[in-house]
Amino acid sequence: MGEAASIMRTFAVLAVSCWSGFLVMALELLSGRILAPTFGSSIYVWGAVITVFMVALSVGYLVGGRISLLSPSLGRLALLHLVSGILLLPIMVAAIPVLDSIFTITDDPRTGALLASLVLFFLPAMVCGCVSPVAIKLLIKDVQKAGFYAGLQYFFSTFFSAAGTLLTSFYFVLIFEVNEILWLLFGVTAAMAALAFTISKTSPAPEAA
Amino acid sequence: MRLLSLIVIAALALTAAPAQALLKTIHSERSIYRNIFVTDDDDLRCLTFRRFAGGHRQTCINMTNPYELVFPYAKMMLGSLALNPHPKRVLIVGLGGGTLPTNLRGMAPEADITVVELDPAVVKVATQFFKFETGPKLHIAVEDGRVFIKRALAKGERYDLVMLDAFEDDYIPEHLLTKEFLTEVKGILTPEGVLAANTFSSSSLYPYESATYAAVFGEFYNLKMANRIIWAQPGKLTDLMTIHQNAETLAPEFAKRGFTPAWLMDVPSKVRDWPESTRILTDQYSPSNLLNGK
Repeated sequence: MGEAASIMRTFAVLAVSCWSGFLVMALELLSGRILAPTFGSSIYVWGAVITVFMVALSVGYLVGGRISLLSPSLGRLALLHLVSGILLLPIMVAAIPVLDSIFTITDDPRTGALLASLVLFFLPAMVCGCVSPVAIKLLIKDVQKAGFYAGLQYFFSTFFSAAGTLLTSFYFVLIFEVNEILWLLFGVTAAMAALAFTISKTSPAPEAA
Repeated sequence: MRLLSLIVIAALALTAAPAQALLKTIHSERSIYRNIFVTDDDDLRCLTFRRFAGGHRQTCINMTNPYELVFPYAKMMLGSLALNPHPKRVLIVGLGGGTLPTNLRGMAPEADITVVELDPAVVKVATQFFKFETGPKLHIAVEDGRVFIKRALAKGERYDLVMLDAFEDDYIPEHLLTKEFLTEVKGILTPEGVLAANTFSSSSLYPYESATYAAVFGEFYNLKMANRIIWAQPGKLTDLMTIHQNAETLAPEFAKRGFTPAWLMDVPSKVRDWPESTRILTDQYSPSNLLNGK
């Protein structure tokens, strides 16, 4: 029973890691498309988008590391993942008003794209960053193997980042509207969070952990 | 088997080589977007974005007769003057070698022309190698076309002629082919203003592009040769009879550039040759490059 529960929990942590990786790159690709109608698609706009995502992820790693010190649990990981999904919702409603009002302040693509990316994408990307350190903490069962578990988590999240990039740029944008893709990302994120939450209830961690 | 196909490929490459060897690269310019090459082939000077130009010449001029237009697309773009022959303000999106603004300055000397070009390196190359020069009535803005147009719209500026020439054969700026963008373009046109767009005549993008233009402008003139040119107007389209009359007045200018009103008048069509149910391209749905590649 303990063995099976442990496998289920590892599965849940890795599943959340995978989808979180997928989500962050799918969002990054969409963000270029969201900004282009207002600030163009010059190299500055892509530069601004990538910069904001990298800063958001780095801050997220730091914050996630902090969170991992405060009695992390699979249930809390699921909650964190859900929050990153919920933060996609304002983008759908707010993108155009936010972009329009930033355009009236500055029509310079560099400043404009940096500001707009900060407002629209920083928070969801940051929370995606928070997921990794918490996930690694939950995976580690033996400090001697800490590097192994970190590598495992990096593998799954980054591999699925690649998948998120490819599927979004080659297929999703050909089939769906940007907002439909955001709904899709939100839906799967919520489902993954629900799955992880359910597993946290049905396969409780042993007392020692 | 594999070896055999390699040999065949190598043989093909060798037979193709002399054609490329004729093109002499006289200059290469580093750009933040992609490197630009200037090639010379006898009198023909071309600007290209690829190392081995082959069939992908971006723009060319005849160095001994710079008036002569090398590609039919430029004739059809400049022919759009026949819809509204005396534009006061003109906006051109995409500079290339400067063929359109340079010729337009000769054909409509009273016009105040602004060219918007994204890549500063293209401006440099056009100036150094393609006889492009700005002046009191020819200005250049280095920025994204959509940003320029959005700002012009906000300021209430109007143009009598807008030319879109920002597409390449292997890359389309997708935000310049959406219903929202074309609505912005329509918004900066004067009531009799004209949009002339240089786009594609083949590939599975064709119906999508057509449906999108139709959604914003209703009827438009479709000119299909190697390229596809669209002539659209915010109000009622200038009728073919008037276009023909204007073209006759412009005939001497056309003749200098190697075409006649009769040649031009043979091309425009208003036939809707795409399925009615075609999906419209929008800022939310704009996979132009994926569609163009199919």
